[in-house]
Amino acid sequence: MSAELTDDMIVCRCEEVTVGEIKEAIREGARDIVGVKRRTRAGMGLCQGRTCEKLVQQLLVQELGISPKEAGTSSARPPVRPVTFGELAKGEVL
Amino acid sequence: MLEKDVLVIGAGPAGLAASIEAGKYGASVLLVDLNMQPGGQLFKQIHKFFGSSAHRSGTRGYDIGKQLLKEAEESDVEIWMQSTVIGIFPGNKIAIEKGLDSGEKEMVTMQAKKIIIATGASENAIRFKGWTTPGVMGAGAAQTMINVNHVKPGQKIVMLGTGNVGLIVSYQLMQAGCDVVSLIEAAPKIGGYAVHAAKIRRAGVPIRLQHTIIEAKKGADGCVCGCVIAQVDEHFQPIPGTEETIACDTIALAAGLKPTMDLVKLAGCKLTFNGPFGGYIPLHNERMETSCEGVFVAGDTTGVEEANTALEEGKIAGISAAEDLGLLTADAASDKRAEIWDRLHSLRLGPFGERRMIEKEVVMDEYKERIGTPSPIQ
Repeated sequence: MSAELTDDMIVCRCEEVTVGEIKEAIREGARDIVGVKRRTRAGMGLCQGRTCEKLVQQLLVQELGISPKEAGTSSARPPVRPVTFGELAKGEVL
Repeated sequence: MLEKDVLVIGAGPAGLAASIEAGKYGASVLLVDLNMQPGGQLFKQIHKFFGSSAHRSGTRGYDIGKQLLKEAEESDVEIWMQSTVIGIFPGNKIAIEKGLDSGEKEMVTMQAKKIIIATGASENAIRFKGWTTPGVMGAGAAQTMINVNHVKPGQKIVMLGTGNVGLIVSYQLMQAGCDVVSLIEAAPKIGGYAVHAAKIRRAGVPIRLQHTIIEAKKGADGCVCGCVIAQVDEHFQPIPGTEETIACDTIALAAGLKPTMDLVKLAGCKLTFNGPFGGYIPLHNERMETSCEGVFVAGDTTGVEEANTALEEGKIAGISAAEDLGLLTADAASDKRAEIWDRLHSLRLGPFGERRMIEKEVVMDEYKERIGTPSPIQ
């Protein structure tokens, strides 16, 4: 929001990605949520971006002067929630 | 493979209403939810709802939840709790991590003729220095702790945000025996209803308008021991020199919600961006069907609103699923939907509701333009 952002502030808690790392990814060419995710792993952890996606969106909007819509949204792939290999191995095959 | 007419994902007001409706017309319904208890947010709502008598005004969310569970049972809805949908695949195949009574989990693959996604919404985070310190949490999380788990999140609470969630949860924290020290609001006026704000004011709790939290202070134990607030200018930027430190052990964030979209995305439903509804949402028509044939949505997943609108949208989704299964004639289904849409119109009146009514129409117009006829899951 409004408070000053220091580069060491954590944005994605699951993957421990900081404001500085996300700004760096944007400097390297990330233009949307997916671009930041691919470069930094922000949104790839346990919560799958439920907490940080909006914060990453705000950084993109602020750094690039784009709209929240242009910042896009991440894609989802199965499994969308954490599941153990043991459970997967025991389960039925699709 | 397990087969069902309808799979409903999410057992909140929208999912329960959809299950009841589809079950009522004879569909076999499986309702899954990852939580321990069904009801979604309803069982946390110990206050009385507003609105017309058709929408159970004056009834507590808690009691609405109990009534819905009874109706679900009467409609022969099968409910799996602590069960999580982890994949949706072509041919309407669904992978579910099923919670067993033993506490263990088991992977189950099933096929559903119709899928209704009612996965609700999640709370927005706000970043400020120290926002990841233990003791900073969503207002909804604090509400779950007091009203569901009967555990106080802390003793001295600062609430950020004065929308209805911020106001109601602050009051319920006081009822639970917490000391709510202050409410902080960046806007120049209170966001929620005056009746809720009045309760806070009568209790003597200050509401600090045009202020924001700029830092969570960490104590020797590593947890929150206070917060620094500052006045903001008209661009919501903190004004240097206006900082104040407030002692507290909990900072609750009531900064709005965003629709939970993972399964909608997984099914491949076409999305649209809608600011007032909380961000990207699935396009849907007046039958609550998405761009994917046989995939319906209802409740906060379609845009953040309230329990009442979620219930009504759930009913529409259930009716449409039953219609497509041949359990209800097209005429009967369309009459029933028209009645519900009338009620939804009356719910979406007033300064808060009207904008949502307009936005709903925008979403459905875009559906007509971009989708027209839905196609199967790819």
